Amino acid sequence: MSSDSKTGEIRMRGALRDALAEEMRRDENVFIMGEDVGVFQGAFKVTEGLLDEFGERRVRDTPISENTFVGAGVGAAMAGLRPVVELMTVNFSLLALDQIVNHAAAIPYMFNGHVRVPMVIRMPGGGGHQLGPTHSHSFEALYLQVPGLLVACPTTPADAKALLKAAIRDDNPVIFIEHESLYGMKGEVPEGDHILRFGEAAIRREGDDVTIIGILKMAHVAAGAADTLSSEHGIEAEVIDPRTLRPLDLDTILESVRKTNRAVIVEEGWPHGGVGANLSTLITEQAFDYLDAPVQRVTGADVPMPYSKRLEQAAMPHEENVIEAVLAATKGAR
Amino acid sequence: MAELPDRETCVELLSRMSLIRRFEEEAGRQYQRAKAGGFLHLAIGEEATIVGTTSAMRDDDYLIGTYRTHGHALARGTAAESVMAELFGKSGGTSGGRGGSMHIFDAEKRFMGGYGIVGGNLPLAAGFALASQYREEDTVTVCMFGDGASNTGNFGETMNLAALWSLPVVFLVENNLYGMGTGIERHSAVTDLSRKAEGYGISGERIDGMDVLEVRDRVAAHLEIVRNEGRPTLVEASNYRYRGHSAADPEIYRDKEEVEEWRQKDPIENFSKRLMEDGVLEESDIDAIRETADEIVIKAVEFADNSPEPSLESLYDELYVVGETMGWYAVDERSPEPHRGEYGKDAPALAKELAESGAEYSGDDEDEDQTRPGVRR
Repeated sequence: MSSDSKTGEIRMRGALRDALAEEMRRDENVFIMGEDVGVFQGAFKVTEGLLDEFGERRVRDTPISENTFVGAGVGAAMAGLRPVVELMTVNFSLLALDQIVNHAAAIPYMFNGHVRVPMVIRMPGGGGHQLGPTHSHSFEALYLQVPGLLVACPTTPADAKALLKAAIRDDNPVIFIEHESLYGMKGEVPEGDHILRFGEAAIRREGDDVTIIGILKMAHVAAGAADTLSSEHGIEAEVIDPRTLRPLDLDTILESVRKTNRAVIVEEGWPHGGVGANLSTLITEQAFDYLDAPVQRVTGADVPMPYSKRLEQAAMPHEENVIEAVLAATKGAR
Repeated sequence: MAELPDRETCVELLSRMSLIRRFEEEAGRQYQRAKAGGFLHLAIGEEATIVGTTSAMRDDDYLIGTYRTHGHALARGTAAESVMAELFGKSGGTSGGRGGSMHIFDAEKRFMGGYGIVGGNLPLAAGFALASQYREEDTVTVCMFGDGASNTGNFGETMNLAALWSLPVVFLVENNLYGMGTGIERHSAVTDLSRKAEGYGISGERIDGMDVLEVRDRVAAHLEIVRNEGRPTLVEASNYRYRGHSAADPEIYRDKEEVEEWRQKDPIENFSKRLMEDGVLEESDIDAIRETADEIVIKAVEFADNSPEPSLESLYDELYVVGETMGWYAVDERSPEPHRGEYGKDAPALAKELAESGAEYSGDDEDEDQTRPGVRR
């Protein structure tokens, strides 16, 4: 059904849509709800065409009541359905934080496994579109911190499709974070029913000199930086995309760091208590003896996202920031 | 005055209310003895609202409540032993000691839980009802909450969603006149809570929550409306808790005369009196009912006392389901090496093993070190 498929490559939004449609065809218990997912076809057009195919029972437009429709998703999941709830941006997910943390994440544990919450909560985040301080943030670290949740951060159309299918089939509550800037990205998506298991990182580029870990859009920024480092500085970076933050494939990261002895972590979120802060601690705790330099972090600026294009760009990490961090980490090594 | 049902039903209603009363008194006593920890919210005085409601429900209807729900579970048929053991934080509790007094749960009885966040249970109720509607079942969800919860955003949001989607829910507000220590006239602009959802198109009815027969009759009528007409309704049951909000409440916000006044409307005393006046039961029958409740509760305490503490190895149990889509997870990424994930590469064999064992921490450390870094005590 995807209009992109004739090009041989599919955009990220089409891949996500295909995953939703295929899972809904496969399992009658899967349904979608969220603001403007039906008639409007999705704020980012991820749910385009689904209302036509599946009808209003399974593609439900909700009122602007985030805490309540996420909570209703939790209840429906407890009663045996498999809801996929869409939040229009990660910033709006804060309105539903009570249901996500106090209920979705806690219920299976606090009721001792007598009930499960098999639901997916999708939300796009990230900056770059001048949407300012209430529509552009990156809350991976916030959700990563909550035991009971799984956190997915897909970076390619193929991964997005396979991870979303896995998330829908998984019996745990999944926070599925998409990046607004990646929706239009094209990539090959293998045909057929493919699942990407949670907790399996991808090594995007092999190298011996430094390990760069990038999440979401920063996986691509890291890869771009790695190319420049190779051509202009003779530094061969190994680039790792964790793909899921919970569970985290720490082994692949540690294995790489033990080989390269240097690590740089790139994320769009805030520095304090961020994904990089956490990962840097894990690397230091478990691979300290292998490190030849302090772990470097490249993060978004420690400010609410500004609107001005110039300031917004300054608040987001770019390839040159990654290159700088890598040069700092490798200083004196050559 | 509502008509008396048959003798068997009357005995059942009185027995359930007596059990709740006796259970709550004992829970308070055990709390004083530090057998139960945390917060303890007792429903003494509110028995008619609880039992009247559950007695009108079908077994396959869903019930969800607040943090004051020992009685709701008992009324639904959960064993007093498991509820008391949960208060004691023991492995024999309804949630194996994970939830405590505020989070009693019994899926088998479709008691979908007690919840500690005021108003947080309303969206969940909408979700159960959505599942019923989605599967074209005629089950109804009864969502009980307090007067304080009617001020939360969840109340307005859920009323709107339920009315918009015609969800089969009876919203039942247990109005005991206080949101913790704040009187209703000081916390709600509209004190006739039965009218508070009118703006969302949900009509309500105020009933006497101290009269078990009235509650039973009116809730039955509302269940019928919801089941047959496929729309939500609101019931406001006026009742009163004799004890404080929790066991740690000095009750400086109300006077003794008010409590005494409500005690005159005691749901158990008055129902017993009526049953005797109408010749349904003798005083000895009522004594026998009280004794039975007493025996059940004493046994429950015995059971809770003897139930084992949850094992420390169970700390991580039931946090995640480990299935095909997630072959492993690190129980605690700051654990000493070897990292759990390194074994995890052998999944799915390991996944199966983990799943079978409830994904519990296997205790890699030889000395069962309970103070290892990363595990807070």
